[in-house]
Amino acid sequence: MAASAMVGASGFGNWARLAAQQSLTQDQLLQFDTFGNVSLIHVTDIHAQLKPIYFREPSINIGVGGNKGEVPHVTGADFRRLYGIEDGSPSHYALSSGDFASLAQAYGKVGGLDRVATVINAIRADRPDALLLDGGDTWHGSMTCYKTEGQDMVNVMNALKPDAMTFHWEFTLGSERVQEIVEGLPFAALGQNIFDAEWDEPAELFKPYKFFERGGVKIAVIGQAFPYMPIANPRWMFPEYSFGIRDENMQAMVDEVRAAGAELVVCLSHNGFDVDKQMASVVTGIDVILSGHTHDALPEPVLVGETIIVASGSNGKFVSRVDLDVRDGRMMGFRHKLIPIFSDVITPDAKVASLIDEQRAPYKAELEEVIGTTDELLYRRGNFNGTWDDLICNALMSEREADIAMSPGVRWGPSLIPGDNITREDIWNVTSMSYGEAYRSEMTGEFIKVILEDVADNIFNPDPYYQQGGDMVRIGGMGYRIDVSKPQGERISDMTLLKTGEAIDPSKTYIVAGWASVNEGTEGPQIWDVVESHIRKQGTITLEPNNSVEVTGV
Amino acid sequence: MDFTRRETLALGAGAALMTVLPFRVNAAADDAINEFTGGAAVADGGVDLDAPEIAENGNTVPIGVSAEGATAILLLAAGNPTPGVATYNFGPLAGSTAASTRIRLAGTQDVIAIAKLADGSFARASKTVKVTIGGCGG
Repeated sequence: MAASAMVGASGFGNWARLAAQQSLTQDQLLQFDTFGNVSLIHVTDIHAQLKPIYFREPSINIGVGGNKGEVPHVTGADFRRLYGIEDGSPSHYALSSGDFASLAQAYGKVGGLDRVATVINAIRADRPDALLLDGGDTWHGSMTCYKTEGQDMVNVMNALKPDAMTFHWEFTLGSERVQEIVEGLPFAALGQNIFDAEWDEPAELFKPYKFFERGGVKIAVIGQAFPYMPIANPRWMFPEYSFGIRDENMQAMVDEVRAAGAELVVCLSHNGFDVDKQMASVVTGIDVILSGHTHDALPEPVLVGETIIVASGSNGKFVSRVDLDVRDGRMMGFRHKLIPIFSDVITPDAKVASLIDEQRAPYKAELEEVIGTTDELLYRRGNFNGTWDDLICNALMSEREADIAMSPGVRWGPSLIPGDNITREDIWNVTSMSYGEAYRSEMTGEFIKVILEDVADNIFNPDPYYQQGGDMVRIGGMGYRIDVSKPQGERISDMTLLKTGEAIDPSKTYIVAGWASVNEGTEGPQIWDVVESHIRKQGTITLEPNNSVEVTGV
Repeated sequence: MDFTRRETLALGAGAALMTVLPFRVNAAADDAINEFTGGAAVADGGVDLDAPEIAENGNTVPIGVSAEGATAILLLAAGNPTPGVATYNFGPLAGSTAASTRIRLAGTQDVIAIAKLADGSFARASKTVKVTIGGCGG
C-alpha cells in the first residue's frame, strides 16, 4: 500500500456542526456512510465504568522530543483550533477541556456500556461481520469490579461479543485469576509481548495473533499488551509473566501473518500513543494500530508511514468505527469516526442495561451511599495534578498525619461537577485497585527527589520507548519546580514544604503518606476508606487552587 | 514507587548513587574494551544485542547477544562498578554464535557488546537499559 494511494476521511465534523442547532440525535451520532469491505470497532480503557459518568479531558498534556506540540499533546482551545471544533459544541465538551462544568450540565453524562452496546449493534446492523476489539484496562476500576474480581466486567463485555482483547490492569487481579478468566473467554486473548518470565518464551495462555475472515478479507489481529506492567504495577502479583515492547518480535509476527496470507494487519495495542507512533515507524507492514493506554481521544487517525493509528479515549466515553477498503491484499482507504457516547442522546440497550443492573444489585446500597457533596469540579487528568488527587492528598495528610502525600499519576477515574453528591461509588471509581493500601513512611528529602526524578523520566524521557504512559506522581504538602526539557536527575528543583515554606532538606526525614505501592507487603488502611473518612468529616468539599508545581522547559 | 519502610530505608541508602543517573561508561569499561580489541578500531553494527528498554527487575535483566561469524563476544555493563559481565568464545564447531544470560544492573546504564569477527575485525552494539523505581503507570 502506498500512502499516497490511501484515501482517508473522519466523520467528527458532522456532529460538531450540530452544536448551533442544539439538535444532537442518536441518528446523527451514528451517521456513517458504510465504506469499503471491512469494519473495525474499537473500545479501550473502559476501567470498569458500566454506568454513564462525567470525564474531563486534560488541559495539560506536555509532549517532549519529537512529540512536542504533536497530538495528543495539544489540549483545550489549541486542540479545538487544530480540528476546527467550535467552542461550546458537543465536540468541545467531549474531546477537550475548558468550561467543563457548564458544558457537562448542558450535554450530560457520557458512556455507559448499555449505550456502547447500542452503538455496536447499530454498526453491526450496517456491517454484520464488523470486528469488535477491546484494547484492555477493562477489568479494573470500580467497586463492583474489585468485589467480583473482574467478573462484572467479564459478564457485560461477553454480552457485547468482542472478537479479541489485550491487557494491562487485568494482571493486577493476580495471575491465577487472570488465567481463570482467560481460559473461559469466548474470544481471543492476545499479546505478542506477553512472555514467560522464567524461559523468556511466548506465554502459552496468550496467543500473539488471530486470523479472521471478514468481508472476504483475511485479517490478522496482533495483540500488544502494556509493555511495562511489571514496572508500573506490582510485579509480585504476576511473577510468571514478562512483557516489554519487543518490537523485533512484533515485526516477526507481522512477517509471519503476511506470509500466511494476511491482507490486513491490525495491531490491538496497549502501548500508549507515543509508543505506538514510534513502533509504527520501526515495524513495517501494520495497516492499523488501535491505540490504548494513554486515554487519548482523537477525532482523526494519525498517519505514520503507511500505518494509521486510532485513539479511542477511555472510560466508555467513545467508540471508534473504522471502515476499510481492502483490495488486492492492500489497504486502499479508510473512513473513521470517533463516536462520543452522549448518554442522554443514545438509547441504552435494554438487555445490556438489565445485565449491568444485575451485576450491581448485590452492592447497590453500598455504592449509592452519599458520603459528602462537592463544590468543586473533581477530575484527575493532567500531567501534574488534578482536583481528585488534591482531595486524595489532603485526605492522606490529615487522616495519616503526614507532612507530604503522594498519589500515583494514573489517568483513570471519572469526574464530578460542582453540586454533585459524592457517593461511595465515586470514591472507588478514582481509587479502586488490588493494592490500594495507604502506607505511612519516613523518607529523606533526597529520596523524595529521587522518586520525583524517576517518575518524571517515565513521562518526559524524549524517547517514547522509555515512557510508561502515566502522569507525574501527585504531591500534597510540597511544591517543586520541574524543567521537563532536562535529563533525569536535573528536572526537579526548589522543593518546598508548604506548611512551613522552608526548602526541603535532602538529609532531613519527612513523614510521607501515599498509596498504590508496587511493593509486596505494604501495610495500611485501604485508600478508599481513608478518602471516605476525610470526606465525611469535611461534608462539603472545597479546595484551594493548586499552584505548587511550577513547570518550565515546555 | 517504593513505600514500605524497610524498602524505603534500603533504597534511601542507594539514593546518593541514584541521583547521578544514568550511569556513564567508566574508565574500567574502556579498559576492558581496549584489552579485548588490543586498541583496534571498532565498527558500529554487525552485532545483535537484545535487551529491554526498561528492566522489569534490575537484579536480573535478560540480555542476548549474537554476531554472525564471531569468534568471541565481550559483554559489558558499562555503569556497573565492575563492568565485565562475560566473554563468550565460539570455536569452529559452534552451531551458532549467540549467547544469552541475565545480569544485574546497578542503575540505568549502557550495556555494550563487542564482537571479534572471523577476519579479526571488531563490531559493537550498545543499548541503554533503564532501571527505575516504577509504580505509577496509568
